[in-house]
Amino acid sequence: MNPIPEAERLYATLRERLTPDIDHFDALVGIHSGGAWLAERLQRELAPAKALGSIDVSFYRDDLAQRGLGRSRVRASHIPFPVQDARILLVDDVLYTGRTVRAAINELFDYGRPARVELAVLVDRGERELPICARYVAHTLPQPLPAGERLELARDEAGLFTLRTLRDEPPTTR
Amino acid sequence: MSHPQLDEHGRLQHLLSLDGLPREVLLQILDMAEPFLEVTEREVKKVPLLRGKSVFNLFFENSTRTRTTFEIAAKRLSADVINLNVSTSSTTKGESLLDTIDNLCAMNADMFVVRHASSGAPFLIARHLRERGLEHIHVVNAGDGRYAHPTQGLLDMYTIRHYKKDFSRLTVAVVGDVLHSRVARSEIAALATLGVGELRVIGPKTLLPVGLEQFGARVFHDLRQGLRDVDVVMMLRLQNERMKGALLPSKEEYHQRFGLTPEKLALAKPDAIVMHPGPLNRGIEIDSSVADGPQSVILPQVTFGIAVRMAVMSLLAGQGAQA
Repeated sequence: MNPIPEAERLYATLRERLTPDIDHFDALVGIHSGGAWLAERLQRELAPAKALGSIDVSFYRDDLAQRGLGRSRVRASHIPFPVQDARILLVDDVLYTGRTVRAAINELFDYGRPARVELAVLVDRGERELPICARYVAHTLPQPLPAGERLELARDEAGLFTLRTLRDEPPTTR
Repeated sequence: MSHPQLDEHGRLQHLLSLDGLPREVLLQILDMAEPFLEVTEREVKKVPLLRGKSVFNLFFENSTRTRTTFEIAAKRLSADVINLNVSTSSTTKGESLLDTIDNLCAMNADMFVVRHASSGAPFLIARHLRERGLEHIHVVNAGDGRYAHPTQGLLDMYTIRHYKKDFSRLTVAVVGDVLHSRVARSEIAALATLGVGELRVIGPKTLLPVGLEQFGARVFHDLRQGLRDVDVVMMLRLQNERMKGALLPSKEEYHQRFGLTPEKLALAKPDAIVMHPGPLNRGIEIDSSVADGPQSVILPQVTFGIAVRMAVMSLLAGQGAQA
């Protein structure tokens, strides 16, 4: 069994691991929605002078034909800095198959050719389907989650993080 | 009432008309258009959502703007676009509409964008696809006869929401030849579904259909009266061929009574926006000084139209297979 880790504690760990390296980057880009919250707070607390962007990978997913665009609202990506030659820290809440990160990297490259891209995540839940790994990880789950279970970051009104597990919804019929 | 454009789960299968389109689907399309607008502002104006899909533009009636914006929308989604100039092809050799469709299906089409002079032609194609068991192929109505022009109606709603936000507080006037206008029909249906505060329809008696009141519209035959305190003025194109049919005395008289001039526009709210689906008849239904003036949003309408069409196409393509 995996106990659900405490998100605020994990956030502190991630921040601590990033602190010595933060000047290796020109910009932070969070993946919508959990990654965007994390990137926003990391930028505020570690490097308020650095550029901050967010990405919604819905238009770059590889499973449109199977799943459609879904019911959740697609956000506009927001990349307010030149990607060309930038050193970018990509931030997400949970790293799983690697498909979301693949989509985010593809999208970034449509804005320009970054000098380098590194990945920071709160939780690595394993079971990759692509050769992708994160350089900064706060916590690695010791065992895989049961199939159909999702781990998701939530943010309360005070801006504090919590992690929760959700069952994947069965295919929507309406 | 059956909805030939919805599948058995109530999801959009084809976009044929805004009549009877549920409010939630309409809002879903408008919401989805917003992030696509951001894509159209990028350096690389392209996302891979429809990569490998074949979109056939079937224009049985001429249109430059609509065909071009559909083509741009599909290309920005990375689809392959095939434009068929049908007036110069096999239909002139006598091939029927459905034979043409069958042939294009055999070429593995994924989507048809159809413009046709006969009302109902896109419905006919959608029904034919269903009968053939080709439900994974989608139809988008790009204007049929006098009946509907749903993507124009949607982009107009997007434009109004962009500038004016809440429909329930707005007074919107549709001005001109409503009787022959598929654009007006789609606009009025969408405005009713979205719960516009007050809907006014303004035009000469000979160019207004009967029964507008059932949509909650107030009818005016005097432009000056009708424009008083409106938030949005939606002009319609006066189709030249109507002039020949004795429905109107002359262009000059039409302009004098129903042409939008700066002096008449001054009767609307000071921040009222002016819309027009194009192409413009300058000096007939609209003065150049209004069309090019600060209250005109005619060119933003064109830009929004691309984002709205991208939203429609990706919504349809994403609902081909079951999750």
